[in-house]
Amino acid sequence: MPIEMNSQEKIWKHRDRKTQLTHWALWFFGTALFVWCWQLVSEKTEWFFVLDAPAIAADIGSRMVPPRWEYIDKLWVPLWDTLNIATLGTLLALVLAVPVAFLAARNTSPSPTLLRPIALLVIVSSRSINSLIWSLLLVSILGPGVLAGIIAIALRSIGFVAKLLYEAIEEIDENQVEAIKATGASRSQVIAYGIVPQILPTFVGVSVFRWDINIRESTVLGLVGAGGIGLQLQASLNILAWPQVTLILLMIFLTVLFSEWLSAKARHAII
Amino acid sequence: MSTPRTWRPKPFIENPKLRWSITIGTLLYMLLALGSVEVNWMRVYEGLDRGLKFVAAFAQPNFTGRWTDISEGLAESLVMTVVSTVIGIIVSIPIALGASRNLAPLPVYLFCRSIITISRTFQEVIIAILFVAIFGFGPFAGVLTISFATIGFLAKLLAEAIENIDPSQAEAVRSTGSRWWQWLNYGIQPQVMPRLIGLSLYRLDINFRESAVVGLVGAGGIGATLNTAFDRYEFDTAAAILILIIGIVMFAEYSSSAIRKRVQ
Repeated sequence: MPIEMNSQEKIWKHRDRKTQLTHWALWFFGTALFVWCWQLVSEKTEWFFVLDAPAIAADIGSRMVPPRWEYIDKLWVPLWDTLNIATLGTLLALVLAVPVAFLAARNTSPSPTLLRPIALLVIVSSRSINSLIWSLLLVSILGPGVLAGIIAIALRSIGFVAKLLYEAIEEIDENQVEAIKATGASRSQVIAYGIVPQILPTFVGVSVFRWDINIRESTVLGLVGAGGIGLQLQASLNILAWPQVTLILLMIFLTVLFSEWLSAKARHAII
Repeated sequence: MSTPRTWRPKPFIENPKLRWSITIGTLLYMLLALGSVEVNWMRVYEGLDRGLKFVAAFAQPNFTGRWTDISEGLAESLVMTVVSTVIGIIVSIPIALGASRNLAPLPVYLFCRSIITISRTFQEVIIAILFVAIFGFGPFAGVLTISFATIGFLAKLLAEAIENIDPSQAEAVRSTGSRWWQWLNYGIQPQVMPRLIGLSLYRLDINFRESAVVGLVGAGGIGATLNTAFDRYEFDTAAAILILIIGIVMFAEYSSSAIRKRVQ
């Protein structure tokens, strides 16, 4: 605790002079950066529209209620597609992520100098790019449809699953691996009986967690043509059918709540 | 009875009934799901050509062709990231306080929790569409979208941190006769500050990634440039943009984890 002497009295200070100055400088530059950035955003904004926003929001709001309940007949198939995109995409990602994770983990990678950096690059690229961008790319390559959505979800999920999995592999208890090795087990047997049982709970937990995220993400992939309920959303928005939009948003809300409930249940059962 | 000579690993789910019903259910679902995926194989076959072109474009990305568009888009994304993260943090803090059961009365708690749930349920892009409809095209709608998404993440995790504080420290401050604000500032704030800084930095790089996406629906940032590049089949420009995004995310992730290590 820094103490300053003032003639004969001791004065207690929260921070010493140097930390105080650093804090002040950080706040100063942070605030300046924010104000500067805000100015740039403000320059590109039509403030006339923004001032008008409450009226527009009220207008859209009044058009949105009541939801058009009959439209639900046309939503079951897209919802089923959305569910499939998320589930099949997650499964595909799991299949692809496991080898990547084993290549990326320091203790299992067959070549730490060559293959490990490649695996890490795969993980970081997959994680940096949103599934919507992946589906934009895939729609332009494969054409619109559910398949593009499934692959997009898979490509985005590989990085997430592989990252968490390889961290789990690096944290395993080496004694168990040693014990299996001591029995004369082959390399694949060491992985199957020494490593896999240790990371299985993480693997299942991560899968369920990612599935839950993917349900959320697959609801919007249709906006760029990759199938699912997003297609209906886009179509309804294009013709300004706000009562249908309300119903779609409601269905998305319920689906996401359901998936969250299910994944929480599954995780409790496992861990 | 002779002892069995072979050993089998214990099954992951011990109850055989449950195990079999899960296995059969999964198989049934897979059949139904795979059956309902319609694939136009001709279109896929034709697309392979474009796919190879895209992979080739990654080897020769074109940074210069549309450099003005790319640099403007990236600058706008970065600016949006900073503004929306700051606004998101400022708004999240009171909501997090309200969503902590040990601080807030029940009605406030439920209100704040429902804001968090709504923000977490809807994908950023859906919110962006609504905000673009309300506030018009441009980065302002994007900033609002990302700020709103930040609330769901930051307020939830911060509220959890506040609920897990050591109550004896807060009680000690309270017993000195502090007022509510002082109690908050000296009893609770120091305990959750490292967590808040860590989460904010983490959110900063998530927000950059998001800012690259909201442009697809007209809310500003690099997304619009990327969308145009794909629409024109200019895969070399698209590859350049993706490489830049990956590079910035890697840099942000590396530096934020370095800072977090120092703070926590």
